[in-house]
Amino acid sequence: MTLAEVPTRIVYSRPEVLDKRVTHYCPGCTHGVAHRLVAEVLEEMGEVENAIGVASVGCSVFIYNYFNIDFVEAAHGRAPAMATGIKRLLPDRTVFTYQGDGDLASIGMGEIVGAASRGEKITVIFLNNANYGMTGGQMAPTTLPGQKTTSSPYGKDAARFGKPFRIEDAYSGFDMGYLARGALVGAANINRAKKMIRKAFEKHMDNQGLCYVELLSPCPTNWNLAPLKAKDFLLEEMTKHFPLGEFKGGDAK
Amino acid sequence: MPAKGYIEVNELYCKACELCVTDCPYGVLALDMERLTSKGYHPAHMVQPEACTGCGICAVVCPDAAITVYRYERQKGEA
Ligand SMILES: Cc1ncc(C[n+]2csc(CCOP(=O)(O)OP(=O)(O)O)c2C)c(N)n1
Ligand code: SF4
Ligand code: SF4
Ligand code: SF4
Repeated sequence: MTLAEVPTRIVYSRPEVLDKRVTHYCPGCTHGVAHRLVAEVLEEMGEVENAIGVASVGCSVFIYNYFNIDFVEAAHGRAPAMATGIKRLLPDRTVFTYQGDGDLASIGMGEIVGAASRGEKITVIFLNNANYGMTGGQMAPTTLPGQKTTSSPYGKDAARFGKPFRIEDAYSGFDMGYLARGALVGAANINRAKKMIRKAFEKHMDNQGLCYVELLSPCPTNWNLAPLKAKDFLLEEMTKHFPLGEFKGGDAK
Repeated sequence: MPAKGYIEVNELYCKACELCVTDCPYGVLALDMERLTSKGYHPAHMVQPEACTGCGICAVVCPDAAITVYRYERQKGEA
């Protein structure tokens, strides 16, 4: 039998709920991995029809073009407030925000603290790439000490601008349904991140309060690193400040 | 050993980031420096197809969901 005659089976293909269009993300930017994982989880849970996404402002501002589900666009940083309103009016829907670190941890810090402290029953997908990607790579509250950005050209002075914002420390006193941090490079990390997203949506459907998954993601363009080097920087430097794991609602404790 | 699987790269989506190339555990993939996609990238392709196991790691790490993974369904004893 020649190879061409052997029957084959598809073991992996692009999820249907991702739109067919090509994203505008830079090569090696893992916003695309985060989108794919959310798409796969919604498909596997049968939640495609029931889901409502709330988009934020940043490189992922066009996320609604890339998913074939209901989506609305919030003003910069305000996605948790908008998601709160939607979920309170439509409590049976799966409501999630998708936010960058400039959006969530800087201009939108008030909204996310408020939603978390009130225990709003929303899911938050938080993509942390340690800078403001869309506007040209400025320093964010997540920027690493010493990291060079367009607004910290000599490296971030943590004594002046603060240590990287770490949610598990800042929100340790809040009751949350789920809180975990994954990374979007390397197959093992990505598979683990998918399980975190799945768990967040499951606890969300079970009304367990705010479910939050932070995803470390390279920004090759503004880090001035080729995709393979950006992956190394994430694994070697970023994880020192942002440990991976489950902090609330996980199986670990 | 004959290939256990193979992959297809949808060149509409591939942006030549090379993450699949370095993460494939069996050295199956490389960027095709002879060709450009319609968007001007050198697409990933199979250079050692006989080593592919169909494990799917390349598809998991691809940021642009460009890869479809197939496995051969042989009967026991078939080459
Ligand atoms: C009210 C308001 N202020 C400022 C901006 C400019 N702006 C657009 S995106 C952005 C930051 C985005 O960074 P992040 O959330 O980290 O997302 P990324 O682009 O890195 O994915 C800023 C400050 C804006 N659009 N609206
Ligand atoms: S600028 Fe950074 S975050 Fe934005 S698409 Fe490019 S790599 Fe991704
Ligand atoms: S399926 Fe596995 S072995 Fe085949 S190319 Fe992809 S990563 Fe390599
Ligand atoms: S990971 Fe995807 S986008 Fe990157 S080179 Fe491979 S097929 Fe192309």
